[in-house]
Amino acid sequence: MDVFFQQLVNGLAWGSIYALIALGYTMVYGILKLINFAHGEIYMLGAMTGYYAARALGFDDGPSIIGLFTVLTISMVVCAAVGMLIERVAYRPLRNAPRLAPLITAIGVSLFLQYSGQIVFGPDPKVPPELLAKSTLFTVGSVPVNNVQVVVLVVSLALCAGLTWIVHRTRMGRAMRAVSYDRQAAALMGINTDKTIAFTFAVGSALAAAAGILVGLYNPKVEPLMGLMPGLKAFVAAVLGGIGNIPGAMLGGVILGVAETLVSGYLSSTYRDAIAFVILIVILLVRPTGLLGSTAKEKV
Amino acid sequence: MKTIAKLTLALLIAFAPMGCDQGGKGAPAGGGASSAKAESATIKIGEYASLTGPTATFGQSSHKGLELAINEVNAAGGVLGKKIELITEDDQSKPEEARTAVLKLIRQDEVVAVLGEMASSRSLAAAPEAQRAKVPMISPGSTNPQVTRVGDYIFRVCFIDPFQGGTMARFAVEDLKATKAAVLVDVKNDYSVGLAEFFVKKFQDLGGTILAQESYTEGDTDFRAQLTKIRELKPEVMFIPGYYTEVGLIAQQARELGIDVPLLGGDAWDSPVTLEIGKDAVNNSYFSNHYSADDPDPTVQDFIKKFEQTYGETAGADGSKKKPDAMAVLGYDAGKLIADAIKRAGSADPAAIRDAIAATKGFPGVTGSITINAERNAEKPIVILKIEDQQIKFVKRIEP
Repeated sequence: MDVFFQQLVNGLAWGSIYALIALGYTMVYGILKLINFAHGEIYMLGAMTGYYAARALGFDDGPSIIGLFTVLTISMVVCAAVGMLIERVAYRPLRNAPRLAPLITAIGVSLFLQYSGQIVFGPDPKVPPELLAKSTLFTVGSVPVNNVQVVVLVVSLALCAGLTWIVHRTRMGRAMRAVSYDRQAAALMGINTDKTIAFTFAVGSALAAAAGILVGLYNPKVEPLMGLMPGLKAFVAAVLGGIGNIPGAMLGGVILGVAETLVSGYLSSTYRDAIAFVILIVILLVRPTGLLGSTAKEKV
Repeated sequence: MKTIAKLTLALLIAFAPMGCDQGGKGAPAGGGASSAKAESATIKIGEYASLTGPTATFGQSSHKGLELAINEVNAAGGVLGKKIELITEDDQSKPEEARTAVLKLIRQDEVVAVLGEMASSRSLAAAPEAQRAKVPMISPGSTNPQVTRVGDYIFRVCFIDPFQGGTMARFAVEDLKATKAAVLVDVKNDYSVGLAEFFVKKFQDLGGTILAQESYTEGDTDFRAQLTKIRELKPEVMFIPGYYTEVGLIAQQARELGIDVPLLGGDAWDSPVTLEIGKDAVNNSYFSNHYSADDPDPTVQDFIKKFEQTYGETAGADGSKKKPDAMAVLGYDAGKLIADAIKRAGSADPAAIRDAIAATKGFPGVTGSITINAERNAEKPIVILKIEDQQIKFVKRIEP
């Protein structure tokens, strides 16, 4: 039983990272019907920004909570800006093009960031400074739960709650929902759709950046190709939860993280990556709208 | 519609024999090009290496070593009265790119020999092309036995995995007194799978028990699920025959979950990155390698001095000084060996070079005396290193 709980704790922490990335996928899809394949690279940029920011600001001598939050904020702001820039340069000119065009552009942006990342940052793995000293917070039975796992979970939940608040309680959130419901009608009602879409990209990218910082705490290794697999998995998580649905993305991420951990723990670790895609196929066959997805028009 | 179909069919029939014909003529034309090669002003040697991508330190290190060797040969007057020209291709740490790179080197640049790769998967992807074109290939660091079995033009200047895996198993049983081991292997990596297989076989032959064989894939960052499973089985050593890119994180997560036993690995651990990522967690680990920078042997110390004069001192990310790793030394040895083989062959003809490489006996390399055996593998000593207080220390040298 202890092993099961240990795997559950491992899976929850890992799943929250997927969940944060999945939120960005789901929001962009909700508003533009675009699968932004460059999203995994934003996550990579978030982690990289964290690495350089922490070193530049001198937070690499030792753990500090202030350092953690400063780095987290910087990285989220930088990535929000990068997300908006990508939207402006790569997707906005294709706003009225057939849906395949921006999709292919997204893949292009993703490859561009992966490879220019290797030139700019160097292809070698880097070790982000330790902003939070890892220690066992409490033990359930013989299962050690460490503070990083708890921080990862808590920060993810807080960000998800914050996002829900933005979408449902602010003017911008209302604009986002309106644009996702019907972009042209929203524009006719006086909503600045370009600004709303840019904002969506900014928020989604900031969340991916947060995931990048958290993964730097949890598994301290960052490199330019790190966004590829988590990006794909997060996409699966978003589809699993019902793409376009915010709580769905969160749920999908956590389920995927736990499923992966349990599969490698109880079956074989060889199937770890396979399980994500098996889930994707099953969900597309059985419930194409995802767990929480509905046929209702309101998305985001 | 019907006429179009007929026309297409007619065209196909008309052109099909032409295609074959061209293929037939291609071979003698290639032969003509190789005789033209001998006339050129330089002797061209191709190199393909992972200069970018996840395992970039492998390629960058071996490239530096190789470049140093070629420059030295050229400074001493070259071979056969000509300078050696090194043409380098980057394979981005991808097997399919390795194959393309070798094809380009052979067909376009018309090199007389190819040097590469460190990673067995990439050597295995590219070797069939070198074999088909009958251009000798020397791998500086691929230890998987399959690599040289591709054909009689494929060689290597390092030991192979049965020796490496077997040595680590013997070391675990005899020196560490371990009887129960767990293995964590990168399943998509020929090197890792091969090394694990030979370790397991030898460990069991020596009376040990393998409690678990778990797997992961290059690029993974979370190994807690596998490690949680391993922890419950209480092994006395854990063998992790993976690349330096993952080993550090695996060690960290293992220690975090309370696995305190010695960790064992192979030559792919040899990169400053292992210590950078692993920090304290990689202490109490042992790995096998081609050379040790602490080796007092004058050839080794001389090489380190020359390497540092050319490239400056290799600094880790934390600014600390690092000695050149084994990949650099192997690249250097491969470069020196090929130059020596061309000299002994007395010609820049690929077939003559092949025969000269095959006849190598007791070549004085930095990694030890190299003799190429009938399987085209190098017979040479292995060293075991220990990581202690974040320092890599020499434990012992084992002769083949």
